[in-house]
Formats: sequence, structure tokens, C-alpha cells
Amino acid sequence: MSDVTGTLLPPSGDPSGPGGDAASPRLVTSEHRLDDRLFRGATKTIGVGVFVLLFLIGLFLFIGALPAFDKNGPIAFLTTSGFNTLGAHPVFGVASMLFWTVVIAVIAACVGVPIAIGTALFIVEFAPARLRRVLITVIDLLAVVPSIIFGLWGLVMLEPRIVGFEQFLSVHLKFIPFFRVTSSVFDGSAFIAGVVVGLMIVPIVTSITREIFALAPQGEREAALALGATKASMIRAVVLPFGRGGMIGAIMLGLGRAMGETVAVATIISVTLSIDPNILQNGANSIAAFIVLRFGTGGSLGLAALLGAGFVLFCFTLLVNLAASFIVNRSRTGASA
Amino acid sequence: MSTTTLERQSPPQAEPPAPRPLTRRRPRQFTPTDLVVLLGSALASISLVWVVFYQLTLLAGASGFVICTLATFLVVYYLANRSLFGNMAAINRVIAALVSSCAAVVVFGLALVVGFLATKGYHLIGWHFFTHDQSRVLQSSPASAGGISHAIIGTLEQVGIAVLIGAPAGIITAIFINEVGGRITALVRTVVTAMSALPTIVAGLFIYVLWVSDTHHGFSGFAGSLALAIMLLPNIHRTTEEVLKVVHGSLREASMALGAPHWRTVWSVVLPTARTGIVTAVLLGIARVVGETAPLIVTIFGATYMETNPLHTQEALPLFVWQSYRLPNAADIQRAFSAGLVLVGLVLILFTAARLIASIRPGFTNRMVERFKRTPKEASA
Repeated sequence: MSDVTGTLLPPSGDPSGPGGDAASPRLVTSEHRLDDRLFRGATKTIGVGVFVLLFLIGLFLFIGALPAFDKNGPIAFLTTSGFNTLGAHPVFGVASMLFWTVVIAVIAACVGVPIAIGTALFIVEFAPARLRRVLITVIDLLAVVPSIIFGLWGLVMLEPRIVGFEQFLSVHLKFIPFFRVTSSVFDGSAFIAGVVVGLMIVPIVTSITREIFALAPQGEREAALALGATKASMIRAVVLPFGRGGMIGAIMLGLGRAMGETVAVATIISVTLSIDPNILQNGANSIAAFIVLRFGTGGSLGLAALLGAGFVLFCFTLLVNLAASFIVNRSRTGASA
Repeated sequence: MSTTTLERQSPPQAEPPAPRPLTRRRPRQFTPTDLVVLLGSALASISLVWVVFYQLTLLAGASGFVICTLATFLVVYYLANRSLFGNMAAINRVIAALVSSCAAVVVFGLALVVGFLATKGYHLIGWHFFTHDQSRVLQSSPASAGGISHAIIGTLEQVGIAVLIGAPAGIITAIFINEVGGRITALVRTVVTAMSALPTIVAGLFIYVLWVSDTHHGFSGFAGSLALAIMLLPNIHRTTEEVLKVVHGSLREASMALGAPHWRTVWSVVLPTARTGIVTAVLLGIARVVGETAPLIVTIFGATYMETNPLHTQEALPLFVWQSYRLPNAADIQRAFSAGLVLVGLVLILFTAARLIASIRPGFTNRMVERFKRTPKEASA
């Protein structure tokens, strides 16, 4: 777009150009006028400002968290579990929070991603045009439902109805280590939080995979069908391989969203500060949820520790999301399948 | 050997005079047989799982029942189709059923969430609820005492200020990436995309450090607005950029060729063409952030009374829901559900408005005006 005003004639050294007589051609320069330079400069400032803003977010959290990092050292902050900031020998760190954050995100991805990809395939390949529009609206609507509402729903409606299922898993699938339980309380578990967050990441994963699937080349689709493939085998042979990169990116974006999910998780879980692999029983945690649940407790060191946890979350989600958007963009431009 | 092959070929040779009825074969046709197989499989799986779940093993839990029924249905449906149409067709049918049930689960999930909230929260919705605050409500008061006017006003003010800050920034960023460009375009786009996935609590903490914990500001509605603006910016940017991309390049070139400076082209050609799209982007962005709770928890603190000055601590709808449901009183929890329903209603209104405006074709209103102007002239001529 910037080259629309490009040179038609090389700029001459004569500054009196535009006012010349009708016989000589009008002087066209590649120089922008003053008002355009202001316009371009202003938009560029805002664009760079967004970049600076993201940098500042990280910087301010880091500065706020310095007292916590200094107290026991940054390595200890990452490897310790606990939030005891008031005593003479404070012990605090994000290890267990980080662990549970990842656990909840992975559960959410296991629940949400298959549903989201199935929905995307249905929208692209199976649904009639009218139903397609309705479904896209429903998915968009799901994306704007506030997370506190999902939290209330998960706590009041889903939890009593899913505890039986958790019990079933813990009894009959005991041989899988993380389905084992040490207590018989199934409320407030990472599993329930993961299921709710799984429903919440459906919109983002669906909308990205839908776009990617729709980009699968029409010619190859028709070729597969003309060779006698059923729709299912056509999807397996053409649509899924073509959209593989985009699917991986979408899953990572979903994971990033799930890790940053705050209020819905905070509503559902019962906080634990220990690391144990029992996802079905009472007790879970997540950095974001822990911050809102413990905000204002623990004195100034506690605040610094929470800011430090926020900084860790910021770095973690930023890395995941940058990697994800890189993969999605690559597969969108067709650079790799 | 040769005779046998001849004999085999003879029947079709004898038949041609009788013309085959020319029925059009549609591979996607859904015949009555298919319907019977579908309904039969559904019925079989539901009854089987019902017997196992509620009669034999007494496994409780509605979610387990739904999951098992779905799994059983897929197996039964596959077996039934395989015996009738063969393996390949059966796999095809099962994939179609699986994929459509995914879509059904999503629709069902949304309906459950909204329906649950509506049934839990409708009791208090009324004039009184919208016009009173919580300042005179005691712990022993019934749920119907007081209302959420303070939270509604707070939310409207905070979101309004956030839009004033975040929407121009988002739109200008989109203009920069799409219209101006330069070497840093890709970088800025990546950063904005990363910001759209920024955990909401991180934005809140940033504003807390930047604005609230600073000695002379403290918790305020304005701090909440700043946090919401950070969430709003990437949302509005993304949709606006999509809209600007659709504006036809020839329009820009025509404007440039007429000698318009670049800013004039953007202001008078690109933005008006994309007007409905930009309004949609802003409304959708508002719908996304209006229910954000986490950044408000660490920035606005909350209040039980009406506070119209956004520079003081204020209440907001999502924060009210969050604080009320955590109280031990049944009345408070009831208020949380009702306020949540109001919040969802607000989101739905914004979302519907965005959809309606998006469905207006660009230039539609202008054409209507033109026709309206022309009609009297033509009548007189």
C-alpha cells in the first residue's frame, strides 16, 4: 500500500516543479507531503506503542516481583511450592501452580480440541449452508459468554453431575496413574475445571481450524471424490493432511488460552499447594486462579510473589502463543503442510 | 471355456430392449432405510445404556450417561450400517455422526450454560433490581432487597472509558498494519496477536503496578477501564484488520489518482467503506470484555453503593457476581445468579447488535437514501 504514491518520474533537483507551465509534465516525487508524513508517523507511533505496551507489561510485572525473586533467588521461586510469605522464614514459589496450570490446560485440550475439530469439520464439510451460518454464530456467541458465567455453571450445574463419572474413572481406570485417588472427595478437582475450560477454548480452536480446513484445495477434494472416495476418506486423505500445521497451531493457541483462564478455574477448584498426579480428586491450582484468590493476602512480600507468578504466567503464555501464531500463519500461507 | 463365458454374457444381451427406469441416483440422499437405521441405533443405545446405568450397576451421573450413550450409539450405528451397506459406507456414516454430534455438543453446551443461568437467576429480575444499590442491604435481608444499579452504572462507565481509549488505538493499529505498512508491520501484527491471548489477570496486574499501587491513585473505576482497554485493543484490531483487507484496492488507487493525500484516502474512502465492519468490530470487542472479571478484581476493588465518579472505587457487574457468589448467604448467591443473568443479557444484546450491523451490506443505507431522494423527482417528471 505504501508504494501507491511511488515515482512516475525521478525527482528533479528543481524545487519549483509543481507550479511549472502546462507543457512540461507535472513533477511527481516519491516524497510524502507534510500532512501524509504526520499521518504515517502518527499511525506508526501507535503501532510501535502496542509493541512497547507489551514490553512494559512484562517489565512492570518483573519490577514488581523483584522483592520476591530476591528473597530466595529466582531459581528457588520456580522450584518451590508454597505461599508462606508472612513468617520469619518465608517459603513460596510457583512450582505447584505451574504444574497444575499445565495439567488443567492439557485436560482442557483433551476435552475441547476433539470437539472443536469435529465441529470445524462439520461446518466445513457436512453442514448445509444455512446450518453453517447458524453454527458459526453459535460458536462466536460461545466465545463472548463471560468466564465467570462458565465458572458458576461448572460449580453449580456440572459438578454434581460429573462427580459420578469421575468416580467411575477412578474405580475402573485405576491402572492409569493419574486416575488414581487417595481421597474420596471428587469436588473441586482439576478434571472438572479442565472440562469447563475445555468448553471455553472450543470457539478459538474451532474458528482457526475451520479457516484452515476451508483452505484445503477444492481440486484435490473433487479428485478424491471422483476416484470413489467416501467423504470420510476424502477428509482423511485431503483435508486433514492439508490442515495439520494449522491444527497444531490451533491446539497450542487453545492451550495458551486455557493456561490464562482465570475466573472460571478460580470458581471451581479447591486450592492445593502440593504437586500430586491425582487429577480426579479435590484439590487443584493454577497461577491465574491463585492470583485472584490470594490477592491482598500475604503482605507486601505476598504481593511481590503474586506479581512474580503473574510474570511467569506472562512469559509462559507469550511463548506458547507466539509459537502457535507462527505455526498458524505458516500453514495459512501454505509454506508447509 | 469359451461357451461358458458366452452363456454368462448372454442375459445382459437379451435385456437391453427393456429400458431401465431412469431414477436419478443421489449419493447424498437420505432414504427411509437410513432414517430407520439412525433412529433404531439411537433407541438401542439409549435403552442399553439405561439398563446398564440405572438398573444393573446404579452408576449415577447424568454426564456419564450422556457420554456412554454417545459411545454406544456410534458402535451400534457402525454395526448396523456395516451389515446393510458394507464397511466403507459404515465408516463414512459413523464419521458423519461423530462430527455432527461434536457440533451438537457445542450447541447443547451453550444452551445448557445460558438456560442454567436463566432458570437460576430470573427470580429477581425486575424494576427494583435495576434501580437500587446494595448500600442498605443487611446480611439478614432477603434476596429481593437492594439491586445492582451501582454495578450496572459502574460497568457502563468503565467499559465506556475503555472503548474511548482502546477502540481508537485498535483501529489505528489496524490502519497502520493494513494501510501504512513498513518494515515493522509483521512484528506489530505478531505482538498484537500475542496480546489478544494475554491472560486477563496479567493485564489487571500490570495496571495494578502501574496505576493502583502507585501512592496517590489507589483502586478506581478508571484503573479498571485501563485494564479493559488493554483487552479491547487486540480484539478490535483483529476484526478491523479483516474488514480493512476487504476494502477493494481500486478504491484506494482511484482516490490516490485523483491526487488525494494518503490520510485523506484513508479517512474519506477506506474508513467509510469499512464503516459497518468497524462498528461491528467495536461492538464485538465490547461484548468480549464487558464480562471480564479477573482484571477488575485487582483494579476497582468494588463498592456496595452508587458511585458515579470513575476515579473512585466502583462496583462492576462481573465483580458483583464474583463477590456475591462467594458469600455464605443464600440471598447473596441468588443475587449473584440474577446479576450474572443481567450480564449475559447485556452480552447478548451487544452480540446481536454487532450481528445485525454486520449483516447490513456496505453502501446499503446510502442507496436507500438515494432512492428516497430520487422518487419525488421521478414522480414529478
